[in-house]
Amino acid sequence: MSKKTYSKTFFAGFIKENPVLALALGLCPTLAVTTSLYNAIGMGIAATFVLVCSNAVISLFRKIIPEKIRIPIFIVVIATFVTIVDLSMSAFLPELHAQLGIFVPLIVVNCVILGRAEAFASKNGIIISIIDGLGMGIGFTLALSLIGIIRELFGNGTLFSGTPMMIEVFSKPAMAMIFAPGAFITMGFIMAFIASREKKEG
Amino acid sequence: MNELLAIIIATVFVNNYVLSRFLGLCPFFGVSKKIETAAGMGMAVTFVMTLASIATWFIEKFLLSIKVGGHDLSYLRTVTFILVIASLVQFVEMFLQKSMPSLYQSLGIFLPLITTNCAVLGVAILNIQNFGVKTYWALIKTITQGVGAALGFTLALVLMAGIRERLELEEVPACFKGMPIAFVVSGLLALAFMGFNGLKIF
Repeated sequence: MSKKTYSKTFFAGFIKENPVLALALGLCPTLAVTTSLYNAIGMGIAATFVLVCSNAVISLFRKIIPEKIRIPIFIVVIATFVTIVDLSMSAFLPELHAQLGIFVPLIVVNCVILGRAEAFASKNGIIISIIDGLGMGIGFTLALSLIGIIRELFGNGTLFSGTPMMIEVFSKPAMAMIFAPGAFITMGFIMAFIASREKKEG
Repeated sequence: MNELLAIIIATVFVNNYVLSRFLGLCPFFGVSKKIETAAGMGMAVTFVMTLASIATWFIEKFLLSIKVGGHDLSYLRTVTFILVIASLVQFVEMFLQKSMPSLYQSLGIFLPLITTNCAVLGVAILNIQNFGVKTYWALIKTITQGVGAALGFTLALVLMAGIRERLELEEVPACFKGMPIAFVVSGLLALAFMGFNGLKIF
C-alpha cells in the first residue's frame, strides 16, 4: 500500500471520521470522565493503547477467526488488553485509576474499539490496522480533551487540575458544568457547531 | 426492607444510571425516538440486567473469589463478566425465539445490542464492588440493585422518547436538528434529576 493510503487512514479519525464527534460512538466514557482535562487525556491514552493492541491482534488472526463467533473473540481480545491497562494503571497511577473508577473496566464495551475491530481490523493487514487504531485513538483523545477543556474551564475555573501545571483561570465557576447536565449540554453544542460548519462548507 | 427500598430509590432517581452515572448512553440516544421501542428496549434490559446480576454474583462467589494458595482470580473479573453477559444474551435470545415467539418479535432486535450496553457490565461490576459476595443477603441487595438500575434506565429512556416524539414537531435551529438537540434536552433532563440529590431516605 502506498504512503498516501497510510496517511489518509491515520488522519481520517482526527476530524472527518472522528469516532465521538462525527459518529457519536463511545459516548459513556466521553461524557463521564471529562470532568477535567487530566482525566480526559488519561482515558484517551488508555483507550488508544487498547485500540492499537486489539486492532493488531485481531488483524493478525483475521484469517483464522470463524465468522460466526467473531464478536465474542473480539471481546475477549479487547478484555485482555483492558485488564492489562486496568492493572498497570492501578499500580502506577492510582489517583487517576480512582478518578476514572468503573470506566476503566468499561473500556471493554466501548463501541469505538469493537467498531474498529469489526469494520477495519478484521478486513485489513496488520500495519494499516495499527495505523487506523492509532489515528482513531488520537481522534478519541482529541474529542475527550476538547470536552474536558470546556467543562473544566467553566465548571472548575482551572486547567490541568490534578497535575503540577494547574492554571487557575477564574475563581467563580459554574458548578453545573462539572455535573451531568454540563456534559450533555457541552456535547450538544459542540455537535451543533460541527453541523453548522458542515452546512457552510457543503 | 428499608435498605432494599433505599437501593431502589437511589438507583432509579438519585443516581440514575443514565442521567447521572453516564452508563448505557448508546441505547439511550439510539433507541429513544419512539415510546414503544423505548419501552421494548427497557423491558429487554430489565430482563438481561436482572439475570446478569444473579449470574455474575454466583460466578464471583464460587469461582473468582476462591483463594488458592493465597491468590484468587478476581483479576479475571472483566473478561469473565463480559463473556457471561454475551453468552447470557445469546441464550436469552435463543430461548425466547423457541418458547415465546411473540415476545421475541417485540424484543428481538434489541437483544444483540444489550451485549455492548455498558450499563449491564457496569451494574455487574458495581454490585460486586458495593456489596461483595460474603452472605446471601448481599445477593438480595445485588438483585435489587440490578432491578433498580434497569428500572432507572427504562424510566430515562421512556421520558426521553416522550420528549423526542414532541421535538419532531417543533422548529429547531437547523444546526441543532437531530443529535445536538437530543443532547441538550438530556442535559435539561439530567438537571431535573439533579433535584433528587440530597434526598434522604430513612
